[in-house]
Amino acid sequence: MSMLHTVNKSPFNHDSLSSCLKCAQAGSTVLLIEDGVYAAREGTKFSNEVKDAMKNIKVVALAPDLDARGVNNNLIDGVEQVDYAGFVSLAAESHSVQSWL
Amino acid sequence: MHLLIFDSNHNNNKRYRNVKFGIVVNEGPYQHQASDTAYHFTKAALDNGHEIFRVFFYHDGVNNGTNLSTPPQDDRNVSLRWTQLAKEHDLDLVVCVAAAQRRGIVDQGEMERNGKPAMNIADGFRISGLGQLIEAGIQADRLLTFGD
Amino acid sequence: MSEIKKFMYVNRKAPYGTIYAWESLEVVLIGAAFDQDVALSFLDDGVYQLVKNQSTEQIGMKNFSPTYRTLGDYDIKTIYVEKESLEERGLSIDDLQHLIWEDEDEDWAEKDSISVVSREELGKLMEQQDVVLSF
Repeated sequence: MSMLHTVNKSPFNHDSLSSCLKCAQAGSTVLLIEDGVYAAREGTKFSNEVKDAMKNIKVVALAPDLDARGVNNNLIDGVEQVDYAGFVSLAAESHSVQSWL
Repeated sequence: MHLLIFDSNHNNNKRYRNVKFGIVVNEGPYQHQASDTAYHFTKAALDNGHEIFRVFFYHDGVNNGTNLSTPPQDDRNVSLRWTQLAKEHDLDLVVCVAAAQRRGIVDQGEMERNGKPAMNIADGFRISGLGQLIEAGIQADRLLTFGD
Repeated sequence: MSEIKKFMYVNRKAPYGTIYAWESLEVVLIGAAFDQDVALSFLDDGVYQLVKNQSTEQIGMKNFSPTYRTLGDYDIKTIYVEKESLEERGLSIDDLQHLIWEDEDEDWAEKDSISVVSREELGKLMEQQDVVLSF
């Protein structure tokens, strides 16, 4: 079982996403929550960094946070979505959870 | 400890049952989304057959334990929501004593010990030490932090 | 059955601008009594927590930096500092407090608690943890 990483900050004003992606090991999952969901979108200055990371790690976004912000569209291809029950599943299925605040 | 049912759909959450979660809330109500996200996660975990070992409130998270908040009628009442969830599921909501003393979350004992004019701890919350956080890390299967 | 878990305290924030650095240290000190396998990591702005010569009189806040020097007394001897975070900030290990612990198995010989590790190494270390506390 691998680690679940959560990122809750927008990549445009915090380095949490970048630091997380550099530390996350192959096979782990990064879940974007709260303001972190902005990183799930295509066409931003972080899209390539996210796509590059997706070669080895899974990137998932919390759908309620995408919907809340009106940005549940034009997401990077391959980014999955979960609801809170899915968030719980991801945590249950991982060995441990690290929050990048 | 875990009943494993093979299912590839994360969203219906049948894969693992009865995982024991420890939840840490590091931010106060309204200022950050942390307490909301923690609440929704906690609720979803309980609705899907898991256990919550403890919810530990640290840093400004202790402010979730106030009974003095009066949010607008058309918005959620963050503190009351925790009180209600705790009552419904017999949750252990713990507010860190040191962080609470700094920020003015006071129960009867703290009021008397520290000569405060009032107490304001919400129903369902109790004040205790940081050892309760470490214990949650040791006893729970997974510890999650919600913060800023 | 009481298993020993690998606990890592992750510090990514600078001191004084917010309370996280100090209040996370309070958790570490209390947690020391629980005999788990503890490591601290400092990365991003967290490396600033360990910078020496902090002088807080003029901002009127308690200078808690001496507390890091007591970690060895609490048997907290595994402290990782991320190399890239230091370099990005123009810092080296010489800018940080010298933290040590005393090895009772070697006649109380003083040993360094801090290991400077690469981002890559730190990622691997993080993956091995059972419990990660972030502040």
